[in-house]
Amino acid sequence: MLQDKDRIYTNLYGFERFSLPEAKTRGDWERTGALVKKGKDWIISEMKASGLRGRGGAGFPTGLKWSFMPDPEKTQKPHYLVINADESEPGTCKDRDILRHEPHKLLEGALIAGFAMGAHAAYIYIRGEFYNEGSAVVKAIKEAYEAGLLGKNAAKSGWDFDVYLHRGAGAYICGEETALLESLEGKKGQPRNKPPFPAMAGLYSCPTTVNNVETIASVPTILRRGGAWFASLGSDEKNTGTKLFCISGHVENPCNVEEEMGIPLRDLIEKHAGGVRGGWDNLLAIIPGGSSTPLLPKDTCATIRMDFDSLREVGSGLGTGGVIVMDKSTDIVYAIARLSYFYMHESCGQCTPCREGTGWLWRIMQRMVTGNATIDEIDMLYDLTKEIEGQTICAHGDASAWPIQGLIRHFRPEMEARILVYRKQAKAA
Amino acid sequence: MKPKFEPNADYQPKDFSFKSQKKVKDILANYPSNQARSGIMPLLDLAQRQEGWISRVAMDCIAEAVGQPPIKVYEVATFYTMYNLAPVGKYLVQLCTTTPCWLCGSAAIIEAVETHLEIKVGESTKDGLFTLLEVECLGACVNAPMVQINDNYYEDLTAESIVSILTALAAGKKPSIGSQTKRVGSMALSGPTSLEKQAKKAGVGS
Repeated sequence: MLQDKDRIYTNLYGFERFSLPEAKTRGDWERTGALVKKGKDWIISEMKASGLRGRGGAGFPTGLKWSFMPDPEKTQKPHYLVINADESEPGTCKDRDILRHEPHKLLEGALIAGFAMGAHAAYIYIRGEFYNEGSAVVKAIKEAYEAGLLGKNAAKSGWDFDVYLHRGAGAYICGEETALLESLEGKKGQPRNKPPFPAMAGLYSCPTTVNNVETIASVPTILRRGGAWFASLGSDEKNTGTKLFCISGHVENPCNVEEEMGIPLRDLIEKHAGGVRGGWDNLLAIIPGGSSTPLLPKDTCATIRMDFDSLREVGSGLGTGGVIVMDKSTDIVYAIARLSYFYMHESCGQCTPCREGTGWLWRIMQRMVTGNATIDEIDMLYDLTKEIEGQTICAHGDASAWPIQGLIRHFRPEMEARILVYRKQAKAA
Repeated sequence: MKPKFEPNADYQPKDFSFKSQKKVKDILANYPSNQARSGIMPLLDLAQRQEGWISRVAMDCIAEAVGQPPIKVYEVATFYTMYNLAPVGKYLVQLCTTTPCWLCGSAAIIEAVETHLEIKVGESTKDGLFTLLEVECLGACVNAPMVQINDNYYEDLTAESIVSILTALAAGKKPSIGSQTKRVGSMALSGPTSLEKQAKKAGVGS
């Protein structure tokens, strides 16, 4: 189990105040100027050495992503860091704790990351529903300006840096990085075709990097303690460091916790969340990384490690680290059908396979809940998910397909049984 | 479920202006001077905070402020779910029913609210105090089930605690926000499993 000395987020639960004096006693803003002065190449190579992979779900190596930003001398355009605080993936509520309890880690990380990519400005795009969390960030920004940590010669780094907060207004799709940029530009949040990638043409057509809150907020601690420290934690060199996990659903004590990357799922649940409600044997299935990752049946849950590659090997993913636990009382077909409703509701409507397909999925899934279907419709449903997956501009279509694919893969007998029962009852009536 | 944007409805007012031009200026100062369009979302929010909802004339006013044709504001206002394009109750009750909240009993919370307020999802109480909506994941899953009422989250709800929150609001009181149990933030209810030293210093848990 991860020890407190290796935890980045020592105020995760908000036992202390978020404000600057308390943040400083927790080590925030310590030697920030000196870290920046070590230079862009040093920062990027330390980030690469740390093995940090993006914490927003996709898991792309952070140092590598930053290195894609062009040379500001050559582009002659402003560069932007955009921080994705549009946390909306069902099962995920980790960034919320950073925003409300550790905003200074985020601002300090923004300065360092911004400098490394040649950006003098960062926009934090926060979901509109996080009103109070946004207000905490606004207050922290004000404190940082007053203390000279942001603005001209921020934190005596020799680098000018501004941070702005932009509030979303209730659209899950804006968590997709190019939809987020559209939204930030004052438009509907509809994803852009790529290429061009944001590093070439992002916000206002300028070079931009979009990073998740947890990714950026982890940066100062990683650099202060060294990439090697971060890389010493985790399962292997590709799955390093610590990770915030959110454990929700049918556990005794749902909670957020920072743990080591690669912690066995069963340990995570039993050590931190008080175990599955009614004991481990009462477990039915777990969605391991937010709603879009396919569910895992109980047998897999017993041995799986919570990291990017282990979860990919079993046909799922680490995603955001949002662990949704379902015990044997769960109507598993409805649990997934409810997610189909979610994806239908949140489709931006731009691509036909997603706009129409998510509605089809929801309507068929409703019939699967009651069993009012035929056995071959299960195959048709699976085919339909394959017609949506990979056929759209962004991954929203994929995300609507994966939960259903996971359901069919692991719970087809349950779906078939419902259909047979329904038919039997219909015949009797 | 939410009321639609009806630009020619009877309830649409004839005039709108921002009470604070300074706030408008401050918002636009957050973006490059040639990118005023970025101000559309924060200005819609400002208008909504001023009036409780966003009228067509308010959108026209915003379009002028950012130098865009009105349609550019209408299409943004109608895309995002948080903009109320018709009047809503003083308290907008938004219950999350997505899978993590559903697993933890959000259906019973909806039922308790519908029974207590004597309205269905999508309706408002006759006194104009409450509007009830069912919404998608609000990102507080480890504190499920939960509800957002105006700007605040109320978490770890039971059928009893949601009714007492609504009763307090109706009486003009301010019920405590966040978890309705003894837990702090997102720690485990039985006490934190990490950061015990910090918890002890803050006097949390035993």
